[in-house]
Amino acid sequence: MSDKHMETGEGHIGYPGYIGVFTILVVGTIFTYFSSFWDLDSIFPGANTLLALAIAFTKMTFVMLFFMHVYWSPRLIWLSAVASFFWLAIMFAYTMQDYFTRGLGVFSV
Amino acid sequence: MQNVDAINSGIPAIPKDNYLTNGFSLKSWLLTKDHKRIAIMYLITISMFFMAGGLYASAIRLELLTPETDLLTSATYNKVFTQHGILMIFFFLIPSIPAVLGNFLLPIMIGAKDLALPRINLLSLYIYWIGGALTVFALLQGGVDTGWTFYTPYSTTFSNSYVMAVGLGIFINGFSSILTGLNFIVTVHTMRAPGMTWFRLPLFVWAQYATSLVMILGTPVIAITVLLLAIERTVGVGIFDPAIGGDPILFQHLFWFYSHPAVYIMILPGMGVISELISNFSRKKIFGYEFIAFSSIAIAVFGFLVWGHHMFVSGQSIYAGMVFSFLTMVVAVPSAIKMFNWTATLYKGSISYDTPMLYAIGFMGLFLIGGLTGLFLGAIGLTVHLTDTYFVVAHFHYVMVGGQVIAYLGGIHYWWPKMTGRMYSEFWGKISAMLVFIGFNLTFFPQFIVGYQGMPRRYASYPAEFQVLNIFSTAGASVLGVGLVMPVIYLGASLINGKPAGDNPWMLPGLEWRTSSPPPTENFEKTPVVTWEAYEFGEESGLDLDGARRRDQVSTVV
Ligand SMILES: [Cu+2]
Repeated sequence: MSDKHMETGEGHIGYPGYIGVFTILVVGTIFTYFSSFWDLDSIFPGANTLLALAIAFTKMTFVMLFFMHVYWSPRLIWLSAVASFFWLAIMFAYTMQDYFTRGLGVFSV
Repeated sequence: MQNVDAINSGIPAIPKDNYLTNGFSLKSWLLTKDHKRIAIMYLITISMFFMAGGLYASAIRLELLTPETDLLTSATYNKVFTQHGILMIFFFLIPSIPAVLGNFLLPIMIGAKDLALPRINLLSLYIYWIGGALTVFALLQGGVDTGWTFYTPYSTTFSNSYVMAVGLGIFINGFSSILTGLNFIVTVHTMRAPGMTWFRLPLFVWAQYATSLVMILGTPVIAITVLLLAIERTVGVGIFDPAIGGDPILFQHLFWFYSHPAVYIMILPGMGVISELISNFSRKKIFGYEFIAFSSIAIAVFGFLVWGHHMFVSGQSIYAGMVFSFLTMVVAVPSAIKMFNWTATLYKGSISYDTPMLYAIGFMGLFLIGGLTGLFLGAIGLTVHLTDTYFVVAHFHYVMVGGQVIAYLGGIHYWWPKMTGRMYSEFWGKISAMLVFIGFNLTFFPQFIVGYQGMPRRYASYPAEFQVLNIFSTAGASVLGVGLVMPVIYLGASLINGKPAGDNPWMLPGLEWRTSSPPPTENFEKTPVVTWEAYEFGEESGLDLDGARRRDQVSTVV
């Protein structure tokens, strides 16, 4: 984690790099806005949501890797970052386990 | 306790500079970076919250003395039990052991000068104060009546009490917990003294580490949930209200994703204290060190997979209920591992019944009952009968009060001589420990029976046939109240006229007993080098065993 760039206040990729990441975030946001007008749900239900989430996920990855310096961080930081997603996955999976099985079994109509 | 041993006798009589004498101005406290002073300020604040929560509890018990709704109106009663829960859970139980005992002792126990992030530590105290002040303000304005669980759609659509203000208080307070957890994890990773390997850490530190994991992973979820609730209440975005496209059960999923693990934030540090007490007051190396250490981590991890057991009858799917019920049984295993190891530690130990040990033994009995009745409630069939009855109330009070509060009191009594340099009255200590135990059981055991017979929780009135057991309960609460007020008096008195405790009043090998009482600001005069295993009572620990034996001979048996 030798941050020799940090001391100059520029960070690892410097201001041009940060502006680049910021541009990606802005473009992603605009893209999300326009994509919501396309009727992707006619391809398969939920396709619009899936695309929006994919864009959001990409943006988030950029933020984590570069703004939050995970890219240059030691393994323990990588482990913590991945673990937090694992936790999020647990929350989603176990919640969805309820929603996807509602109305099955004895109470089914 | 006052026996002078070899370690104590080497210390000159001249009072040394310690963390309490290092500056007396208000500023030297409010701007301190010393983890010990921060812990003392936490101690004072959480004690006040505990008393406030206790007053609400007395109001509940007095109302339930008679079957009619007489002392309080139903609407007031709703607010009273809600505020009892909110104050006790968010402002007492969650910070209690980590913020007071953990803050004070974790750095000392690993041989560090302070926590890794002292300013962040002070910040967490201020956040706690701000969150607390906001909540108290909202309570004084009129309070909330949703129950501490803030269930939707009542909290979002119908309740016109101060849901938002209290929610904001809890939201802010959550950051205090996250920062404390973060600080502990970084400290354990980076600040251990030379020779203090992971498997030489006291089990209290392992427990704090596991608790910190839960704090960091769980607390953001409650913060987000409260935020979503606020967004729906103010802006009307449909998240939980079905009328505008939301789902009320989603709130329960998100809420319990945090709040079940929060139960472990509350009980794991208590288990850490008990591991210390059981081993040290049996003068025996703890049985199955690794099992206890890893069972803390296992509880922290598996505790995240069981939240649906709070939702068996609330519309969750039967399949999800089965999975959560099964996992609930699984998570009981690591707690059972601890119980068995503590019992095995006691076996053939040289047990002394000092006040902290009385609390530890009380914990084992009460937590056993609390834990086993949890299995009743986790069983998907039986729980239909027991949901929302006093059986649930009794169960979680056995875990929270019989477990955590008892462990906290045991820890306070155990480390009091280290924190203040003074010894309290052992006589009154024992009396109060026994009053707490008797009062507690008298209060909550009848609630198992009355709950099983069908008395629902959260009502100000009840059918007349439940009155006898409720009178028992209220009588017990008054005994418990006396038992809890007593420590305030004799611990307070010990500050004025308590005998000097000496550095190692209990004759123990842990690092915290190898520095002076109270410790100097930098904890140790020079960085200790650890060459012994945890809970080592043999010669390897470098302790004077003869002194220990002498002490044992004079220790009184209750
Ligand atoms: Cu639970």
